[in-house]
Amino acid sequence: MILPRATVNEKAWRQAIEQLAAGRCTLLGLWGDAPAVHMALLSEDFSDIAIVSYNCKGGKYPSVAARHPPAVRLERAIRDLFGLDASGAPDTRSWLDLGFWNARHPLGKRAPARKAKPYEFLPAEGEGLHQIPVGPVHASIIEPGHFRFTANGEHVVRLEQRLGYVHKGIESLMHGATLDAAAKLAARTSGDSTVAYAFAFAQAAEAALQVKAPARAIYLRALMAELERLANHFGDIGAICNDASFALMHAQCAILRERTLRAAEACFGHRLMMDVIVPGGVACDLAAGGAAQLKSLLTEVRRVFPRLIELYDNTASLQDRTVTTGIVKPEYARQFGAGGYVGRASGRAFDARRSPGYAPYGDLKFEVPVLSAGDVDARVWIRIREVEQSLSLIEQVLKRLPNGKIHTALEAKGKIGEGLGLVEAFRGDVLIWLRLDGKGRVDRCHMRDASWFQWPLLETAVEGNIVADFPLCNKSFNCSYSGHDL
Amino acid sequence: MRKVLFESFTHGLLTEVAPKPDEAGLTELARSVNRAARARLGRSLSIRQVDAGSCNGCELEIHALNNAFYDLERFGLRFVASPRHADVLMVTGPVTKNMREALLRTYNATPDPKWVVAVGACAVDGGIFAKSYAVEGGVKDVVPVDLHIPGCPPNPKALLAGLLALLETSA
Repeated sequence: MILPRATVNEKAWRQAIEQLAAGRCTLLGLWGDAPAVHMALLSEDFSDIAIVSYNCKGGKYPSVAARHPPAVRLERAIRDLFGLDASGAPDTRSWLDLGFWNARHPLGKRAPARKAKPYEFLPAEGEGLHQIPVGPVHASIIEPGHFRFTANGEHVVRLEQRLGYVHKGIESLMHGATLDAAAKLAARTSGDSTVAYAFAFAQAAEAALQVKAPARAIYLRALMAELERLANHFGDIGAICNDASFALMHAQCAILRERTLRAAEACFGHRLMMDVIVPGGVACDLAAGGAAQLKSLLTEVRRVFPRLIELYDNTASLQDRTVTTGIVKPEYARQFGAGGYVGRASGRAFDARRSPGYAPYGDLKFEVPVLSAGDVDARVWIRIREVEQSLSLIEQVLKRLPNGKIHTALEAKGKIGEGLGLVEAFRGDVLIWLRLDGKGRVDRCHMRDASWFQWPLLETAVEGNIVADFPLCNKSFNCSYSGHDL
Repeated sequence: MRKVLFESFTHGLLTEVAPKPDEAGLTELARSVNRAARARLGRSLSIRQVDAGSCNGCELEIHALNNAFYDLERFGLRFVASPRHADVLMVTGPVTKNMREALLRTYNATPDPKWVVAVGACAVDGGIFAKSYAVEGGVKDVVPVDLHIPGCPPNPKALLAGLLALLETSA
């Protein structure tokens, strides 16, 4: 979408912060663009987005986090990457810079690297407390990150995350990249959401260049997005049950996931559908016979999945692990603007497909399931319900798929253009903000994964649970490391 | 539960015939593996996966190796939770500066004899992230690599073919 961006003075910047603190709008993003910072705000009814910018004075801007905690990590990241300081910030520790880069502030005024000070974890004091450090290398096939538990016996008193290990400097690689190269980088920001990232990047690029992708391409994008959602939800539902040692569900869901990926490959030539969505449209059309493959996938899922739901619902030993475990309080979900199943399992009815909404979802019928329990079980059920919705959406797309072109040629406008993309990935909303120079190259691209606002809630959800339930809680969130670390 | 279990008996075997060991992989391995190790390990390898900076795409396909279609364990290959239990380190991603130390420590924690398999285009030479200030390079820039399985991400069949090549030469 094309959004007017307002550069504001300190008074208006502080007013925006007060709106956030009062809960009248949601923080959708906060990012650096030396020498300015930009803040994206979502209205209370989820229908409008506004971006305000503040030109830093002496490399400083009034801290958002001082009044609104969801901004804490974003401000720490801005300082690491740009060297811009949030005045009055409650936490000034580094976040993405773990002390191994050759230079500090790689996206701002570069400064020579300093020897890293030992990282200070937040204190937890009391009799009989002990710490359990976990990671960055974990015991399973997952991404790296560090978890520092403070526990009293089996009970977690505090969890503190330390992330940034897979920081690849994607936003710096974006600078000066052609649209093609930048789209490839966006598609490799979080591999499990490659379709969603490519979709959001295409939206942003098309808005910046003021062009529209052809209708058929837009429908094919939705088809791929729903296939990606299906595959990930199958994987997650099985993996969550597996973390409660219920291997049967894991095995069965893995079969459905594999069938979905094979259908995706048959339709678009790549199991994860990487690089199929490109700025201007899609790179390849639905393969001959693709629709038939998808129909047989739908039939198979509809035959098998209801029995798996029944199995999940009727296995008391499994329910014993998921029900009332890892509760995210609805007020936190709301305050942090938690997207995806994390938000929707805790009463936050936000789904970017519905509102603000984007094509082609306005033409399609679907429900946005919302629950209020906020536990692992609720996050499983949201996924189950969303599987059902995605099946229906795939069916609708196949029925309504328009004929015609699949790509619109893009031409540089000769002037600077900005655009925003917001797409509902399987784990929540992906926001991409883009500024193109006049020659069709990327000047600045910021990508904000839903995980930024979900990771902190995992810390709250684990509190008071036993250490052995952490994997279950963590899997039910399935936050992205790479999408967060960038 | 019974319904689901019974159905597994009636729908027939999903597990597919194994792909041929990857020829390119075989040649690469033949150079680095000796017969003594074969005798010592038997036809079985324990794999410890390390994500050194990947986008998570490779991990998804590595996971798929465990599903009913590919059934990795039938070849005597299995994923283990600790480098102390591993014969093989399977490393993904461009190695980020922030993960270099962790990768080295994991490598050093793996007992000899050991092999390193670098998985994915980024693991070969840093891929599209190679020029970043935050990236060290490919896996070989940090630890010695015995086998590369390229692809973005390599699909489970390619992974399986690479691993079978490793097994044929090492075990």
